[in-house]
Parts: sequence; structure tokens; C-alpha cells
Amino acid sequence: MSLRKTLATTKRVLGQLHHDRRTLGLVLLVPVLLITLLKYVFDGEPRMFNAIAPIILGIFPLLMMFLVTSIATLRERTSGTLDRLMTMPMSKTDLIFGYALAFSLLGLVQACITSFVTLGLLDVTVMGGTLLVLLTATAAAFLGTTLGLFVSAFARNEFQAVQLVMPIIMPQVLLCGLFVARDRMARPLELLSDVFPLTYSVDAMKQVASQTAWTGTLTKDLLIVFGCGVVALFLGSVTIRRQES
Amino acid sequence: MNSAVRIEGVTVVLGGAFTALKDISVEISPGKVVGFIGPSGAGKTTLMRAIVGRQRITEGAISIFDLPAGSPQLRPQLSYMTQEVSVYSDLTVRENIAYFATVFGVPKRQVKSQVASILQTVHLTDHAESMVQELSGGQKQRVSLAIALIGSPKLMVLDEPTVGLDPVLREELWMLFRTLAKQGTTLLISSHVMDEAERCDELLLIRDGALLAHGSPVDLQKQTKTTTVEQAFLTLVGGRKS
Repeated sequence: MSLRKTLATTKRVLGQLHHDRRTLGLVLLVPVLLITLLKYVFDGEPRMFNAIAPIILGIFPLLMMFLVTSIATLRERTSGTLDRLMTMPMSKTDLIFGYALAFSLLGLVQACITSFVTLGLLDVTVMGGTLLVLLTATAAAFLGTTLGLFVSAFARNEFQAVQLVMPIIMPQVLLCGLFVARDRMARPLELLSDVFPLTYSVDAMKQVASQTAWTGTLTKDLLIVFGCGVVALFLGSVTIRRQES
Repeated sequence: MNSAVRIEGVTVVLGGAFTALKDISVEISPGKVVGFIGPSGAGKTTLMRAIVGRQRITEGAISIFDLPAGSPQLRPQLSYMTQEVSVYSDLTVRENIAYFATVFGVPKRQVKSQVASILQTVHLTDHAESMVQELSGGQKQRVSLAIALIGSPKLMVLDEPTVGLDPVLREELWMLFRTLAKQGTTLLISSHVMDEAERCDELLLIRDGALLAHGSPVDLQKQTKTTTVEQAFLTLVGGRKS
């Protein structure tokens, strides 16, 4: 392991995004536009919007970082650059940590913009304050990145990678408690939602929205989100083979 | 050290189904330019991947500088240029070389100067700040080659490095390969252009995963009683006397 090589990889990944202004624009601005749209969807129900907006702030980073990372790592796997890196004196952790750091940072920047607009301009109030929102959103971005890294191993091309959002992320969104409280769902679905990591990301955001103090539940939620990310990161590193058969 | 690369009875079965290499044995001395020649699909790329340690060997053994292929100690001593342009198309030429130099372990203070000298070697100094995706095919090919030059490795494995290059540039690169070999670098170069085969010290003729012949271009011509490598190749591949 080498910190220098990890940071060089982070810098390289961010450099690629820096040159790709359109992707960068889409990643950073689309969430803001969507959440603004949502405000006017709930024009007659401002209290409802106030309840939903923070949840969305926990879902967007995960969803978008999942997409960006799965495509980015798929390209690495299929373009020959991974072949090259794996014959060089670089450990797999340098590569994987480099990616995780780059996209978590991107997620943080995205969360800053979205939170600024949501909390500052759209009049959404959260009891826990902006910093906790950012922390929770970054944890969600980290989880999205690591899931994307892992899942990209199961896609052979970009079409498949994009489609994987539907079976991997969508069920988690449907069951996370955004539409109906989880204990009101059919019991098997409630149990299923217990093992979905996104549930805890959303739950953490709900805690931040409704509690002024840092609660034990928030700690537990964040640890689960972070822990799932670490597990996905480990699984992702297993899917990157030094030697192919 | 006796040999740079020693291949002993290597068989590779890809994905447990397709036998890409069959019982190949060959020894390559250091400081040689060795051409891997054969029709496409013959197994040249698989053999190269096995040598750089990227491809698992089903049977047999490969040792590089007396270490088993794929050993971590070998990674700072070899470079691999894949057939596709394996660089980041959404970075500039300079960013690509600098990143791979860092990964290769070039000390921080030397990255800048090494990038500059490699850019000069592959004639891309004027394009250093261009995005790779905006370059022509031949220029992209040179960026990919540039990365194989990082850190002056003792073994360079180059899969079709001169495809798509104009004759002048190809001539210059062959002069570069000769210079590197003179300095002790072993170069394994795949090609299916026969006039390039004539420039190699040794040739491996590969077809259907089997090694048909190994020797200098002159040896192979003598052996087949032909006057060009191309004829020798056709004779060996076709199994007919011309």
C-alpha cells in the first residue's frame, strides 16, 4: 500500500471528471434542479416537502455515485488500463481507495451544493444542522461509490452497468421508507428493508432532520452505512484480479 | 543470470474451455529483440499476457530473470503495452504519463523530468497538453508506448506497438528498440508485418497456440530454404515446401 499512489489515483480520477465538464455539470447540478422541482410538486403540501427533502438528500448521493463509479470502473476494466496497472507495482487497495476517495469527495461537493439550496433557498429546516446533513450525505456517497465499484464487475458493457441500477438500487429506494413508513409495509418487505444499506442512510437523514442532538440511532445508522461501504469495497477488491484465468 | 525469459511446457486454457497455448517451451536471452509472429488469433497476446503475469498458466512454468512470472518483485522491472490503446482518453498526454510514472514508483522529484524526456522520445512534446481522445490513431499509439518506457524496465512486452504508424515513425521506433536492446533491455514485440520481423534478433512463429519455430530470421530462411521471412513463415504455416 502506498499513500502516494492512492492519492495519485484520486487526483487522476478527479482529473478525468475535471476534463469532462458535462458529466461534472450533470452530477453537481441535476440533484439541485430535481429537488427544486419537487418543492413545486409539493406546492400545496409544504410540510410534506419538508419531511421528504432530507430523505432525498440521503438518496441522491448514493444513486449518482453508484452510476458514476460503476461506469468509471467498468471503463477501467475494459479499456486495458486495468491490465496495465495490474502489471505495475501497484496494490489493488491503492486503486480502490483512490476511487473511493475521489467519488466520496465528489459526493461531498454535490451534497454541499444540494444542501445549500435545499436548506438555504427552499426553506427546508433540519433540526440537526447542515454539518450533520453533509456528513450523512457523504457517507451515502461513499456507499454508492463502493457498491458501484463492486457491481461493475458483473457488467460487461455500459448498457449493463447502467441497467444494474434497477435491480440493485431501485428496490432499496422503494423500500427505504420514502413512500410508506417501513413498519406499514408487508412484513417480508419490512424484513427485507432491514438488510438494505440505503435504509440506514435514509434513517440517518431522518434522525438528522428530526433531532437536535446526535442520537445513538444516528451513530448506529452511520456505522452501518459506513460498514456496508467497507464490505462492498472489500468485495470490489476481490473482483479485481491480478491474474485472469 | 542465463536467460531473460524461460518458458517451459506452457499450456493456457482460457476460461476453462479454449486452449490458447499448447505446450510452449522457449528460452530468450537478455538484450534481444524478439518478434512474436503469427496470424491473428494464434495466441501471441495470450503468451504475452502470461509472460507479464496477467494471465494464469494452466500447465508449465514461466520464469522472468529467474523469478516466476507474476512475482511482485518483477513488476518494477517490466512493462506491458496492450494491443488496445490502454491509456485514459479523457486525460492529457502529460497527465497520463505522469500518473503511470507515479504508479510505477518513479520518485516524485524525477516524474517531471522523466515525463519530459519520454515525451521527446515518442515525439509528443508538442501534444503534451492535448487530450488523448483528440489525437490521431498513431499519436494515441505513441502515448501508449510512452507509458511502456517509464522507468526504463529491463523487459518490455509490446503487443503490436507499430500498428497505424507511418513509415518514418516506425523506422525511428525500431531504432529506439535497437538502442534499448543494446543497453540490455529485452524486448518482446508482436507483429504481423513481415518487414518488421526481419529487424528482430529472434523470431517466435506461433500458430494455433503452438510454437512452430524459433530462431533468427536468417536461420528460419535457411531452415525453409527461402529468401525472405515472409516466405519462411508461409512455408512453416502451410507446411509446404515452396
